[in-house]
Amino acid sequence: MSATRAQRTLSFAQAADDELTIYERSKPGRRAFTPPPLEVPERSLEELLPGALRRPEPARLPEVSEPEIVRHYNRLSKRNFDLDTGFYPLGSCTMKHNPKLHERLAALPGNAKLHPLQDPADAQGALELMWRLQHALGEISGLPHVSLQPSAGSHGELAGVLLTRAYHEDRGEQRTKVLTPDTAHGTNPATVTMAGYEVVKVGTDANGNVDLEDLRAKATPEVACLMLTNPSTLGLFEPQISQIAEIVHGVGATLYYDGANLNAIMGICRPGDMGFDIVHFNLHKSFTQPHGGGGPGSGPIAVSERIEPYLPRPQVVRVERDGEVSFELDHDRPRSIGRLRGFQGNYGVFVRSYAYIRSLGAEGLREASEVAVLNANYLLARLREEGVLDLLPAAYPRLCMHEFVLCGTPMKRELEIRTLDLAKRLLDHGVHPPTVYFPLIVDEALLVEPTETETRETLERFARTVAEVLREAKDDPEIARNAPYTAPVRRLDEAAAARHPVVRQPL
Amino acid sequence: MAQASYPADLSYHAEHDWARIEGEEATFGITWYAQDSLGEIVFFDAPKVGTRLTKDESYSEVESVKAVSDVVAPLSGEVIAVNEALASSPEAINEDPYGEGWLVRVRLSDPSEAESLMDAAAYEASLT
Repeated sequence: MSATRAQRTLSFAQAADDELTIYERSKPGRRAFTPPPLEVPERSLEELLPGALRRPEPARLPEVSEPEIVRHYNRLSKRNFDLDTGFYPLGSCTMKHNPKLHERLAALPGNAKLHPLQDPADAQGALELMWRLQHALGEISGLPHVSLQPSAGSHGELAGVLLTRAYHEDRGEQRTKVLTPDTAHGTNPATVTMAGYEVVKVGTDANGNVDLEDLRAKATPEVACLMLTNPSTLGLFEPQISQIAEIVHGVGATLYYDGANLNAIMGICRPGDMGFDIVHFNLHKSFTQPHGGGGPGSGPIAVSERIEPYLPRPQVVRVERDGEVSFELDHDRPRSIGRLRGFQGNYGVFVRSYAYIRSLGAEGLREASEVAVLNANYLLARLREEGVLDLLPAAYPRLCMHEFVLCGTPMKRELEIRTLDLAKRLLDHGVHPPTVYFPLIVDEALLVEPTETETRETLERFARTVAEVLREAKDDPEIARNAPYTAPVRRLDEAAAARHPVVRQPL
Repeated sequence: MAQASYPADLSYHAEHDWARIEGEEATFGITWYAQDSLGEIVFFDAPKVGTRLTKDESYSEVESVKAVSDVVAPLSGEVIAVNEALASSPEAINEDPYGEGWLVRVRLSDPSEAESLMDAAAYEASLT
């Protein structure tokens, strides 16, 4: 067997554990239901559907009994590490608790059974909820015009950059570049490239802020936009934001706010007041929605007056006619960038996020952000007390916001274990590892975001656990290097999976 | 290659690239430190033969299990050969960064640029 062949077999084998797929469980004739006897004369499919619309052969759907289906998915669900099982301080992802009340509201028949093709006249409650959510997000961001269409943060980013392009083109300007800081989320440069612009990176200064001199040098009339998040991905508040806005607006570019880190500032300060023109929200992060397993996200955008004409259509609007209030879908938007998806967005997420905003209220949202920042700073202080920062110092020794970045270089040098090894060993302690190797400008980075919904005891336990893993590695680094031991799979061969991916399993 | 090494016959660029200069031609690659920081490399985005490279500017990307990283040209010139073997075995960059893991061979447009590069001792000192 050649080396390549051996690697292929390996990458396949690591994916295929003892749990069969639902297709492999299929046995002809097994069913999870029994249809009632037919009460009308039977007619053949040929008679009912034209030939062009019929499959040449039946779809290969798994044939499985109900208990087998239930057990299969129940077993799979237990192999996942989820927020309802343990602490999940995944930096930049805001894995806060998702209140169970939201699930009750999303399951109400008027929400759960709503059909996407329902006539707006018969979906007034849903449209009103969407209109009210738009209004609330406009208030939180300080940018009054909101579209709920984008389905994820990255989709919101794409919407924002397409709005920027529409804005410049409408003024007869062809700009070619978009600036992103070197600490940006990877989705920022990806979005810029997808939208047809060239990415230009802006450096970070010694204090972790945007390097203003570098920004001035790169802010030319060819620049369409600067994409920024505040606090930055380093978990630091950008104090020069007014100057940054001035430089960017000075060359006629737009200022874009990546909402990934909104959880640090809700109700305290607003991107619109800082000078941003376009914001995307991650409803699934800041405004609660079970996420992280590919579940539905939602990335609404809010924009200033000058960007408003280009928002996607249709927009949900409130109309007053002869004293009667109704909610409608406004398609009459001639300068709009158009539709970004089918139907109106991930409505189930809207229900949960609206419920969250209404349950907490303005004061509660502010308190959530305050506690998120307090928890991050408390955790950093506990890690310092436990001696962890001697081996994993804070990348920038400043007051952090809702998250902070540690640098594992001394740990790698002294203990000969890497941040990845520490992360994997944490799994054996029932903790989901923080984000590793991001932001890219910090060597051996560990990005920790505890969120406001964790107790003091949980934070203290985490600090002790990290210290314990480091003590253990001092005695025997092999233990961390080979972790995890208790997870459903051990360490996967990520390189083999990337070099020789097996993306299709034969049925 | 498990142990750090910086051969004395190479010239080094601060962005962790090396050049083996032979008259008007040179071979480029990334240093031991670069491949060690990146971790296991899974892809090298090779430029086309004939591409013109400008000193200090990115001409390619390497992708590891951790990140995608720019590869910077230590000197200016025109690509006359690329390491085709990396398409099927990018791990050569990890295993042998100064040998089998070479990236491109270049005809230099200004050999005097080499004066600004570091020798092995200076580069190694810059890492600490």
